[in-house]
Amino acid sequence: MTNIDVERIRNDFPVLHQTVNGHPLTYLDSGATSQNPISVLEAEQEYYEQRNAAVHRGAHTLAVEATEAFEAAREKVAAFVGAETDEIVWTSNATEAINLLAYSFSNASLGLGGPPARRFSLGSGDEIVVTEMEHHANLIPWQQLALRTGATLRFIPVLDDGSLDLLAAADVVGQHTRLLAFTHGSNVTGIINPVAELVALARKVGALVVLDACQTVPHLPVDVQALDVDFAVFSGHKMLGPTGIGVLFGKAELLADMPPFLTGGSMITTVNMQAAEFLAPPQRFEAGTQRISQAIALAAAVDYLSETGMDRVAAWEAQLGQRLVAGLAEIGGVRLLGPGVGVERLGLAAVDVAGVHAHDVGQFLDDAGIAVRVGHHCAQPLHRRLGVTASTRASTYLYNTTDEVDLFLATLAEVAPFFGVSAGATR
Amino acid sequence: MSDLQSLYQTIILEHSKERHGAATLTPLAEAVSRGAATGLSVAESHQINTTCGDEVTLRVSIAAGTVTDLVWSGEGCSISQASASILTDTLRGLSTDEARALLDNFREMLRSRGKIEPDEEILGDAAAFGGVSRYPARVKCAMLPWVAFEAALIETESR
Repeated sequence: MTNIDVERIRNDFPVLHQTVNGHPLTYLDSGATSQNPISVLEAEQEYYEQRNAAVHRGAHTLAVEATEAFEAAREKVAAFVGAETDEIVWTSNATEAINLLAYSFSNASLGLGGPPARRFSLGSGDEIVVTEMEHHANLIPWQQLALRTGATLRFIPVLDDGSLDLLAAADVVGQHTRLLAFTHGSNVTGIINPVAELVALARKVGALVVLDACQTVPHLPVDVQALDVDFAVFSGHKMLGPTGIGVLFGKAELLADMPPFLTGGSMITTVNMQAAEFLAPPQRFEAGTQRISQAIALAAAVDYLSETGMDRVAAWEAQLGQRLVAGLAEIGGVRLLGPGVGVERLGLAAVDVAGVHAHDVGQFLDDAGIAVRVGHHCAQPLHRRLGVTASTRASTYLYNTTDEVDLFLATLAEVAPFFGVSAGATR
Repeated sequence: MSDLQSLYQTIILEHSKERHGAATLTPLAEAVSRGAATGLSVAESHQINTTCGDEVTLRVSIAAGTVTDLVWSGEGCSISQASASILTDTLRGLSTDEARALLDNFREMLRSRGKIEPDEEILGDAAAFGGVSRYPARVKCAMLPWVAFEAALIETESR
């Protein structure tokens, strides 16, 4: 991909063509949420204009068409990540997907789901392992699961350069480990974790593996089967899709044995006043009226990404990511969180500007029409580990140009002088 | 003056560095009992802005209805830190009624979305936060230490 291709892509994204505070919008916050191409917006509108109906119930024509489109979306998303169609469960977002797992395991620990679900049951003496770089969404549900079941939560520490301490990991993941949950790519440092190595540690002790793929499925070719993880989660709105939809991938044989999390309509076979029997996955985990328009729009987003080519997207963002860190290294008083130039990374970078709080940095950039994320990016433990309370993150996507990266860098260089901090100052 | 310059007025940037009244706080219980021995009512309040993680702990000493001392510790953006610094200069020595009236005026101005011009006669240096009122996302930053003052003041009165 080149800047010329990007210009063509940008034409598909109406929101990018606007002025913010007197400047053309430079959107560098796709790590938080991405923008939508026209095809995604149209897919959602077309659904509401022509096919809106409840899925998996009713025999009328619209209900049949809605169900077909809803299930075709599942098939498309499954193929996009190398999963079988029935291994894809719709959720509201990735956070709910992780909570679905945690509460299903919690229910299994109470004896729900019978003998087949015992493999998910946790109790005193069992260990759940996460990492110090997790987004709160892949930390707090496991903290809470540990509290509910009496299991112990342990974590793989992060080194000074932001990468995982793999030597320590080999100790932390041990005979009591039942579950290993970690992020594929860090939303703060842009580090891509060595999935194969971590999966191997889990396999050695028979632990289940949960992969948070929120920052990778939108940006890299991801094949959950090739990665051999048991579960993976990602969110629609970070991959050109709408808000309100997330995805849980689970290996078919595991989903089959898991008790449900949310219960109610659309997930049962027979019901009497005392008890109910549940449908097979994925419906077992999809109680209530589903996110139909969102699933269909997400499928349109997947089409857009597939037609562009995930290899090309990944290569372009790798280029933007390297340009970011190379440029940041040239600005005095700016500390990059995580590894520097030449190390494989996602197309994002988070920095600490010495003497200027991230909120002020973000305000200065916004005045120039540049949208970035400031704060702890839902990763307080990682920030604490790296010795900062907050940072400023620029995150790119397939619609960002090298000029935008350069504008961000040039504007960032003006921050310290504006706030009267000499470059190279320390806090 | 650009919008950004009106938000970050020189006096705000100076206070964010000078941090008047900023101190390492001694244990609260000690300060309370020491104060009680000398007729001071001491209380403090810790406030957090969850959107950005700004924190301010403000300790208030009241004697016979007058704000005699204000000290604080905190961390955050220039707006919140400058606001704490200016608060200590502005409210020290006022009666609690005067301090409350000033706080109400400050809050009303900040929430006006730029419609109310700050009254320098009343607000003094705190009038510099007039530009903040046009940035709704930053109003909380400027209010943080003032909310802490309000909470601490109520606590001194409940003792």
